[in-house]
Parts: sequence; structure tokens; C-alpha cells
Amino acid sequence: MTALTGSGTTRRSGYALRPPAALTLACLLIALAGAAVIALTVGAAGIPLGRLPAALGLWPDASGGPNLARDQLVLWSIRIPRIAVAAMVGALLAASGAIMQGLFRNPLADPALVGVSSGGAFAAAAAIVFTDSHIGESVRFMQNQLLPIAAFAGSLGTTIILYWIASRSGRTSIAIFLLGGIAIAAIANAGVGLLVFIADDRQLRDITFWLLGSLSGATWPKLATLAPVLALALIACVSIARGLDVLVLGEAEAFHSGVDVERLKRISIVLVSAMTGVAVSVCGVVGFVGIVVPHLLRLMIGPAHRLLLPASMLLGAALMVGADTLARTIVAPAEMPIGILTAAIGAPFFLGMLLRQRGLVSL
Amino acid sequence: MTAILEAQSISMTVGGATLVDGIDLRIEAGEMVAIVGPNGAGKSTLLRMLSGDLRPTRGQIRLKQRDIHSYAPRQLAYHRAMLSQHVNVTFPFTVEEIVHMGAGDTGRAAAQRLVDAALGEVGLAHFSHRQLPTLSGGEQQRAHFARVLVQLACGEEQHGPGLLLLDEPTSSLDMRHQIDLVETARRRAQNGTAVVAVLHDLNLAMRFADRIVLLHRGKLAVDGGRAEAITAETIRRIFEVDVTIDYTEGGVPFLLPQTMRPAGPPTA
Repeated sequence: MTALTGSGTTRRSGYALRPPAALTLACLLIALAGAAVIALTVGAAGIPLGRLPAALGLWPDASGGPNLARDQLVLWSIRIPRIAVAAMVGALLAASGAIMQGLFRNPLADPALVGVSSGGAFAAAAAIVFTDSHIGESVRFMQNQLLPIAAFAGSLGTTIILYWIASRSGRTSIAIFLLGGIAIAAIANAGVGLLVFIADDRQLRDITFWLLGSLSGATWPKLATLAPVLALALIACVSIARGLDVLVLGEAEAFHSGVDVERLKRISIVLVSAMTGVAVSVCGVVGFVGIVVPHLLRLMIGPAHRLLLPASMLLGAALMVGADTLARTIVAPAEMPIGILTAAIGAPFFLGMLLRQRGLVSL
Repeated sequence: MTAILEAQSISMTVGGATLVDGIDLRIEAGEMVAIVGPNGAGKSTLLRMLSGDLRPTRGQIRLKQRDIHSYAPRQLAYHRAMLSQHVNVTFPFTVEEIVHMGAGDTGRAAAQRLVDAALGEVGLAHFSHRQLPTLSGGEQQRAHFARVLVQLACGEEQHGPGLLLLDEPTSSLDMRHQIDLVETARRRAQNGTAVVAVLHDLNLAMRFADRIVLLHRGKLAVDGGRAEAITAETIRRIFEVDVTIDYTEGGVPFLLPQTMRPAGPPTA
């Protein structure tokens, strides 16, 4: 710390002490693995840690107990797909939050908070009602494929409108952005309300599932929808990380520094929409993951996106797996919608962030 | 002398208002040019056009004999660097990380050498691991100046002398650091960099620049050496202030405002 001796400066807050990137990622990976192991063992049908390796087929069952077949069924058809879906959704939501915050240069941005998730949910709900009606008879068989696409389109439309509202000659206003997000969320929610009003009982049950957010519908086919988007996001994150860093200077300044700002914005908007949309289509609106995870990580490892984005994915995945385990055990045998849980934890956290930054954020 | 930048009758019209009106400008390698003028004269608009950020509604700008808008952003950044007036960083990047952003895709080792040199030059070496948002306004401005110096150096190592644009670079600096900044810019000019700065303080402009470009209502009023550009008559006509211009023993001009003229219809 030769830097501290230079001109008689004592250590003040504001000095950044950051752990090495490899160590950070390794710790987060261990956290994710730990959360997954706990999630595998607890639930309606408990599988003690000792029986886990055999049930997973890691080594032959020594005891040859009668539980083996049941354990395997529970693990492979219910628990593993659910944990995998939870992890992927958590990764997508956390990283899309981080990208959105980078794009808007604002740590308070979150796809669920500013209506992007609501836009996706509205489009998904519209798809449910539409494909269920007489007109939609011919496309009903492809509802599984249609929902993620509709949610993506809804999220994309919302993000583009939000960006257009919030930015003016290269500057984005935090106040306009948040207020615009509230208005957009209200419009989308009104749309969802209208759909609820005209929906029949079965449609209503499907729509309610989106409104509350739940992972209970996690199946292998849903993994097949999530995985390609997650893979694409991982690749894209590498290419936009540096641009998002420089964008913190402002759009004009990022351009002066050699960033193709228009291209970066286009990629980021499509990416955020795809990640949020596909997550919404699988588990409904789950808020605050995208705001809590990147904020915690910035405090620990700094704001550079090259590390922040993959670290957000890992921590988001670990938190989501943990939250889902809690959601399905806390009121057993019933199951709490995970959206309620993340909001109950995330909203006070968000308020805490606001209180701490009251002096810094000028609206 | 080779022209780094040539602007041919460039104009900027926004919603019926003409902010910049038919300006011709030619800036040579190694020149120090100050753009001055009253509020709303179009100084910042002109600078943003010269940076390639704003596209003129009429006229053309050529950077190193090529249309400035034909460069891709990455290429353009090699040939011109620009320091904006207000840069507000919301995330807790350290000073060093911010200055590194100037290096673009330069190799890690080479970039680090330039970053260290630039931090030393602006006197922030001991602050390199501080988070930028915790610094004072003047310290942040010096950090951004270091970032721009790194960008300039990276470009000049590969492509020869470039263009350095500064928008009110001294606005939040104390006297010591104002002088340091001017001297740093002068060292760059001596190595061939063309330096163009928008300045508010006419005294500083006279110390800073070999040549002064005086704007008035979007038009180029005067373009010349400091002695011909800054006269009591010009200042009275354009700024509507009576001034006394005197010289120090070393022959450096300085300017003292006397009285305000009574308000009245503009005579220019």
C-alpha cells in the first residue's frame, strides 16, 4: 500500500480492496454447489445426504435399500429439473439486472421494478388467452414455444419504450427512467387485469401463476428453453463487458473513447429483453434478484462488468436455488410463490439502498 | 505544417435555431487553439461537432484528410481524444480503472505504463486505488484528463500526432492545477498534437493559446493570434464589457474588466 504513504493520506473509506477474480468465481461456484446439494436433500420427500450419491447414480447403492427407486424418481423427474431451472432463472435475472443497470448507468434499475417483466408477463398472459380462444385453436399446440417468444417480445417492446422515454440527446435521466418505468408497469398491469377479467377459469389459473411467480412448473422442456438463452447471454456478456464499463462515463464520452454506443445499446436492450422474457415465461414475475445481486457484488468485487456479469450469474443462481428451497419448505406441504419471497426480502433491501444513497442520487 | 482538422462552412441548426453558422476552421499539427465567446455563442456545439459526436447540418469536417464521419468509433478514438465538461460516474470505479478506460484495446502492459505516467502527470498517483465518486470535483476532472491523455497517447503511438479537444477543462480546478493542465497540454502540442480548448476565462485563453477563435452568436467573429483577437474594442463589441488590456514585464497580455455597459440594443 505505497499509495497510502504518498502525501500523508490516511486510509479513508473509498479505497477499493478487491479479491482476485478467480477466487471470487470459485467461492460463488462453491456457494451454488452448496445451495444445490441442500436443495436436493430437503423437500416433501426428504433424501438424507447419505443416500444422495447412490440416488444420483454416483456409486452403487451399498445398502440396497427400498428407498433407492423412490429417491431416483423424486430426484430426476422433480428436484433436479427444478433446481436447474431455478439456477438458470436466477442467473438470467441477476445478469439482466446488471446489464440494465450498466445500460442506464443507474444501480436502481431492475427489469421487474421498471415494468420490463410486467411487459413480458402481459404478453405471456395475452398469449394464454389468445391461444385458448377459437381464433387461436390452430396455434394452441405450440403454446409451449409461443409463451417465451411472446414474453420476449413484450419485454423488448417495454425496454425500447423505456429507453426512448428516459434518454434525451444522449443523457438518461434517473427520475424520468424510474417514473416512466412505474407508468409502463401500470399500463402492463392494467392489461393483465383486463385479461384476468375476460379469462375463463382455466386461463385464470395459468395467468395467476405468472402474476405470483413460481418454479413449481419446472420441467425438462423448460430447461431446453432456458439453456440456449443462457449460453447466448454468456457469450454476449463477454463482448459487451468493456463497453458497459466505459458507458458509465456517459454516452457521448463513451463514443469519444471509441465505443460504438448505438451497437452496444442495441445488443444490451435485446439481451436484457431476451433474458428477462425467457425467465418470465418459465417462472413468472420474480423481482429484486436483478437489483440485490449486482449491488452486493459491486460492493465486494467492484463494478467492472467483465467480472460482475459472470459473478452475478453465479450468485443469482445460488440465491434463487436457496430462495426456491425456502419457498417450497417454509409452508410445507403447501408451497409459497417464490415471487412473494423475493419481494419480501428484496424490497426492504432496495429501500435500504435508497436510504443510503439519498444524498448521492439527485432525481 | 499539415492540417489535422479542417472544417468547411459547418452549421448546426436545431429546431429552427442556428447554433453554429457557417464556420471555417483549419487546425494544424502542434497548434494550441482556444475557442472563446459569450454564453450561448455555440462554443460547446462547435467542439462537439469537431469531435464527430454531432453531425453538422451543413458543411463537412475532415480529420487527417478524411471525413470525420467515415471513421468507425474505435478508429476515430485513435485520432482524437476529448475531455467533456461534466462527467458523472455513478458506479464505484477506482481512479485507475477509469483512467484505464482510455487505453481501449491496447495491451495490458503498455496500457499500464501509460496509465501510471498519466496519473503522475495530473498528480493523482497516490489516489489510483480510490473510488472516483469519493473524490472532489476537481480531482475527478483531473482523473478524466488523465484518461483522455492515455487515449491520446495510445492513438499517437500507432498513428502519429492526433487531436486533443478540451471542453472547459479548468472549470473546477484550482489555480495550481489550471497551470499544470495548460502546461501538460502545451507539452503535447510541442510533440505535434493539435490542441483545441473551449475556455471561459479570457486571461487563461491568452496564456493557453497561440491562436484564439472568438465566436459570437454562432458565427466566427475573430480568428487569429492572441494580440489581434483580444482587443479592448472586440471585447466591448462582443462581451459588452469595457476592459483594459495590459502587459506584464514579460510581455504577457492580461485583461481587467472595467465597467458594465448600460443595457441596450446590440450594436454588432
